[in-house]
Amino acid sequence: MVGRKLLAAAVCVIIAGAALAQTGQLEVSDAWARATPAKAETGIAYLTIRSPTADRLVSVSSPVAKKVELNTMEMSGVVMKMRPLASLDIPAGQPVTLKPGGDHVMLTGLNGPLRDGQSFPLTLTFEKAGTREVTVAVEKPGAAGPAPQR
Amino acid sequence: MPRFALVAAFLGGLAILGASLFLSLEHRYTPRGAAGTLLASAIGGPFRLVDQDGKTVTDADLKGKWSLIYFGYTHCPDACPTALNDISIALDELGPKRAEVRPVFITVDPERDTSQVLKSYVTAFDAPILALTGTPEEIAQAAKGYRVYYAKHPEADGDYSMDHSSVIYVMDPQGRFTASFTHESTPEEIAERLKKLLA
Repeated sequence: MVGRKLLAAAVCVIIAGAALAQTGQLEVSDAWARATPAKAETGIAYLTIRSPTADRLVSVSSPVAKKVELNTMEMSGVVMKMRPLASLDIPAGQPVTLKPGGDHVMLTGLNGPLRDGQSFPLTLTFEKAGTREVTVAVEKPGAAGPAPQR
Repeated sequence: MPRFALVAAFLGGLAILGASLFLSLEHRYTPRGAAGTLLASAIGGPFRLVDQDGKTVTDADLKGKWSLIYFGYTHCPDACPTALNDISIALDELGPKRAEVRPVFITVDPERDTSQVLKSYVTAFDAPILALTGTPEEIAQAAKGYRVYYAKHPEADGDYSMDHSSVIYVMDPQGRFTASFTHESTPEEIAERLKKLLA
């Protein structure tokens, strides 16, 4: 009996979740970071944002570092430049993926190394959708993308 | 004679354009890369730096092996780990030839990147990397030889990032510039090119 109730509850949650996704909530997924050397002061995190309506990411924060900010990497010829971004536009219905070689979440003044296999929380604040907290999975130091579900 | 001057200027311009095009393309298609061409002597040069163990390393010490030289800095979490990881993956593709190639990371941020910092940084990567630092003057000299641009970019809170050329240089065992890769090169492309060069 209890098992069946639990199952029913689980089904409800799944349906509710699916409905929520369809009715259009902003979602943050595939959040990952690169592992850092023992005494590294800077780290980096990437993720994907999907929103059914246009929105704007205005701030990021995390307890793992003293300073957390949106950055972009620009190339002018072969010269790499990192610059802070005041905000990041999220167009309606179009996923925005932060990935190596482009926009990213920069973690400066790490409180400790980010170790491969660990995870940490990251809070994103959007102009309209409010805040979202995601769990960032730490991958290898030079990883190029999020690992498949562990 | 303005007409003559115009024609002469045009032809001169064309010659310069042709020469630079030839120089930039030539080394991509020859099996030996840029070795033996004008480019080989235009990139590279003498340097005297210290490695992650505090040991002095000069350009002469790099001879005898192929070198993959990348200028970067450890507070760079995006482009630099990507380049070092691309090198790691490419080297894994080389099989037994792997031992003939030495990845070299030269910091453009000697102020923060001491030998100790470099040691902790490079040991995080799979490939054994020779990491070099020095005084600001020594770094400037090395970067000049490799035509590497770098500049401190101050941030509002007193922190800084470094703008820098993100290029992987391939130097042959005689220390001659042979090929280069950019952020657009995939590890597969790097591996393919190295296999041809080392064959």
